[in-house]
Order: sequence, then structure tokens, then C-alpha cells
Amino acid sequence: MTSEDIIKNGSVVYSRPRLLNERNTHYCPGCSHGVVHRILAELLDEMGLEDKAIGVAPVGCAVFAYNYIDVDWIEAAHGRAPAVATAANRLNPENVVFTYQGDGDLAAIGTAETIHAANRGENIVMIFINNAIYGMTGGQMAPTTLLGQKTATSPYGRRADINGFPIKMSDILAQLDGTCYVTRQAVHTPAAVRKAKKALRTAFENAIAKRGTSVVEFVSTCNSGWKLSPAKANEWMAANMFEKYPLGDLKSI
Amino acid sequence: MAEEIKLMKGNEAIAHAAIRYGCDGYFGYPITPQSEVLETLEELMPWETTGMVVLQAESEVAAINMVYGGAATGKAVMTSSSSPGVSLKQEGISYIAAAELPALIVNVMRGGPGLGTIQPSQADYFQATKGGGHGDYHLIVLAPATVQEMADFVGLGFDLSFKYRTPAMILADGIVGQMMEKVVLPEPRPRRTAEEIAEQCPWAATGKHGRKERNVMTSLELEPDKMEVNNLRLQETYKRIEENEVRYKEYHVEDAEYLIVAFGSVARICLKAIEDARARGIKIGLLRPITLWPFPSDRLKELSSKIKGILTVELNAGQMIEDVKLAVECKIPVYHFGRMGGIVPNPGEVMNAFNNCFGEASNNSDL
Repeated sequence: MTSEDIIKNGSVVYSRPRLLNERNTHYCPGCSHGVVHRILAELLDEMGLEDKAIGVAPVGCAVFAYNYIDVDWIEAAHGRAPAVATAANRLNPENVVFTYQGDGDLAAIGTAETIHAANRGENIVMIFINNAIYGMTGGQMAPTTLLGQKTATSPYGRRADINGFPIKMSDILAQLDGTCYVTRQAVHTPAAVRKAKKALRTAFENAIAKRGTSVVEFVSTCNSGWKLSPAKANEWMAANMFEKYPLGDLKSI
Repeated sequence: MAEEIKLMKGNEAIAHAAIRYGCDGYFGYPITPQSEVLETLEELMPWETTGMVVLQAESEVAAINMVYGGAATGKAVMTSSSSPGVSLKQEGISYIAAAELPALIVNVMRGGPGLGTIQPSQADYFQATKGGGHGDYHLIVLAPATVQEMADFVGLGFDLSFKYRTPAMILADGIVGQMMEKVVLPEPRPRRTAEEIAEQCPWAATGKHGRKERNVMTSLELEPDKMEVNNLRLQETYKRIEENEVRYKEYHVEDAEYLIVAFGSVARICLKAIEDARARGIKIGLLRPITLWPFPSDRLKELSSKIKGILTVELNAGQMIEDVKLAVECKIPVYHFGRMGGIVPNPGEVMNAFNNCFGEASNNSDL
């Protein structure tokens, strides 16, 4: 399509991805899940993975991811997605298995499953939504909640002496011999979305080529949990989250 | 050709039988007294022959969730553990039952509660037969008394779990897991092909492969009306299992005046006690439930009109006795004799317990 065609009246230049179905999502307007779902659905279609993909949904905001993206899914218990994905992949090596998990799921209750699946180098993709809060249950403190950040269970701000420190899970995973690709992305600007999609593509290529575990962390917004408008949430994320969770590749081999 | 008779431990028989059944995957974690299952599988390297996946997980929690993941793709998968480890698996077992997935779980019971002891026990009867995890569900629970049954129940457990799309458990006591006996292993059969799985498990999350609708394995449903329907469907399955799958064995029941009810290796000790008693003219029979759930309640109720009393003998503080009492509707006296903490009674102790319960009546027998 030339730029002449694109600007012609009535030409479709952007539409709903084929694998993102028409069901209304339960996500709050403006949160990062919508964009990540979109690029994931686009990629699964573009890479011809509709018939091969098995998604593993977490417990948390993305618990209903299986309702929106038209591939086969398994809904895991809280934190256990990497264990579920391990078996799904080992028993079906011709498939492409990915998990989609939040920070509570992947970095708190499921820490052991996350680390050990990555350490075994399972040929899976872990999609990690880090919005520093428990969204689904109403905005409680997460393992990645920043120091000083107010949540329902740290109403005066997270304190290191009581709650410990925000955990940099991707940095831990990057140190494991089983991971081949660990990257931290965001989807708050069009440029960031394009970069993030490229990163996610690399992760799926690794899974297909059986190079080991790929982790794509999305530093994300939770405008409801943070009690900010979508635009303000993006600003707050850029101003506060990126310092603790800097964007870019942590490991790529 | 004559059957090939082997000598092995019950735990080893589980491993051999799994490979021969065409099991697709085993996910385990070491814990005494069942570690030989994982050890034997690692030694036999079935991935080189049948393609079976064997994986030592980082925890019992991970292992059962691997089972969940494998079962969700339509594969025949299993795990084994012992009591404290099986407690850890309960969340995953509840999810497997709720998502209506077939799977086999082996519990080689040790004494509890807590870390307890590594010696044999039957104290997980309640946990196994009443659900174990959260929510209204049942497992099909098979109680082997011999190494032969350890081998045979692997296939039976898988077959039943696929037939009803519900998890099955082999509930063995530590004795059956650890003791060596003669066993004839089942005939090897190939693992199912992808085509066979697609045909037998059209619900499985295998990748869409041209399917129009995606398959989603989940236990989540937030709409109460639909969630109740899901629960009713599970209960319907359990009703069919109760109607069709009750299994038990009877010994010397025809002319029995009293009955001992015992399962697993304890039933064998009781059988010896009964035979000794019969030599002295005391007519005791034995009913050994093979399925602890579904429980042979109808048969016990039937027998209760012909016998004077029942003694349950268990390696616990009295768990199965509750189901026996429910079955006979308290129409005849039901007593319990149990040892705990890893102690296994001998036939003499069983007879002493019987005499303590029914002494007057048995003394009046024509000796």
C-alpha cells in the first residue's frame, strides 16, 4: 500500500486484529492490557501461530485473557502458569506455548514456578505485565510496588522496613542460564508499542527455534488502581516506574 | 507364552506400569516413602523408548500444576507423592477436578499430621475420599493391597479418569509402596497418537489445528447461574461413577456372623486374623473396599441385615468407619481399631480388638 493509497478516503489502514475477538473486555479503559493484547493477537496471526499457540492465563486482571484472543488457552491457578506451560510445551513440542502473567502472579505467589521454568530453559514465552499493583482484587500492594507508592494495603506508602523492596524480577531471570531473551518494554507511546511488538516477535521466534525461555516484561499502567486518568497514568509511569524498571533488553543471546 | 513374573517394590511397579500403559508424562518430587517411583522412571528413561516425559519438578505444587497443564492438552499424565506432598497438591487437584480433566495421582501414605513420620499410615482417607481441596468434588480413589494391584491400578485409574474426565487417585499405604512382591506387569501398549487424542479428547487445548472454536480449559465462571450448572454437571458425573464403579473384594462372607472392613495392606493382616479365628470356629468375614470412593455402601447395607457387628481396622484414628456407619445406618454395632504413627498391628492385635468389641457374642459362639 503506497502512502497515496493510505490517505485515500475509505481505505482501511487499521482494524481489529483477526484473532482479537469482538467480545467487550473487562479491562479498565486506558490500561496497558488492551494494547498488549492487541499486539499479541496481531503477532499470533502474522506469525501463523493460530493453530499452534496455547496460551496460559494467570489469576489477576488477565484471568479472562482467554476470552479475547482466539487461540487455545489453559487457565492456571494463581502463580502456576509457568508449571502449566512447562508440561503443555514438553508434551506438545510442536506447539508454541506462552504465559501471560501479572506481577503478583509471576513475581509473588508464583516466584518459584517462574524461576524454575526459566532455569530449566523451557521453550516458552513469558509475558509479564508489571503495573506495580494488584489490579483485579482492588489495588493492593504488589511485589513490584515502588517504595512510597500508596496502595490499598500500603495506604501510607510502601515502606522498606515493613514491606521490603520492589523486586526486579526480569533482572533475576536474566541471570539464569535457561533464559535466552529477557527484555523490558512499555506501550505508552506509539514508538514504544512498535518496539514492544518487535520484542514480543523475537520472543516467539525464540520459542519456535527452541532457544530457551524468553521473558517480555511490560512496564504497565493501572489507572484504576493508581487512581489516575489514563494519560496521567502514562506520565506517572514514565516519571516513576522507568527509574526502577528501565526499559531495554536485559539479555539477548 | 508364560507370563513373566517379576519381583519388585510397589513403587517400582507403579513406574513400570505407567510406561507400559502408554503414559505421556510423569511429574514428581522426591518424598519418602514414594521416591522410587521417580527414581525408577529416571532409571528406565522412557523418553528414549515410548517418548514419555519424566520431569522432577521444583515442588509438589509445581508437579501437580504440570499435571494440570499436560492433562489440559489431552495427555495421560500423572504424579506421585506421599502425605505432606499430597497436601501441597490439593489446590491443583481441585483445579483438575473442576476443569474436568483426567489425571492420575498416587499417594503412598505416611504417618501424620504435619511432617509426621516416614512409616506407613492410612490417615489420608478423609482427604482422599471427601475431596481434599476446596469445593464440591470427588476423586475416584483406588486402594491397592498388593504390588500386583499397584501395577494394575495405574491402567485402571487412567481408564476411569478418561472415561469420566475426572482425576483418579491410587491411595496406597507405605507398606504397599515399599514391600517387594511378585508381579505380572501389564502388556505394553503404545502412547496415543495426536490423531487419537484429537478424537478422544476434542475438548483439549492442543492448538486449534483448523478448529473453528478455541478450546479453553478453565474452572472459572463468575455468573452464579452458569457456575451452578457446572457444579451440577460434576455432581451428575459423580452419580454415574457411584452407580457404575464401586469395587470391593469379599472373603469368607457367605456364612459370616461378623465382618471386618479394612483396605490396603491392613486387609491382608485382617485376613490372616480371620483365618486364625475361623480355625477356632469364629465366623468372621472380610470386606475390602477397592474403591474408597465410590464406597461400597450398598453392599455393606445389604450385609448388615445378616451380620451382628462390624469392626473397621485402619492405620488411623477412625476415618473409614464413618462411611461404614453411614452405610449400615447404625443398625448394627460398628467399632474401630486403629494404630497410628507408623505402627502396623499384627493379626493377634486385630483379634484382641475384635474380642474386646464383640467378646460376649463371640464367646457364645459354638467353639
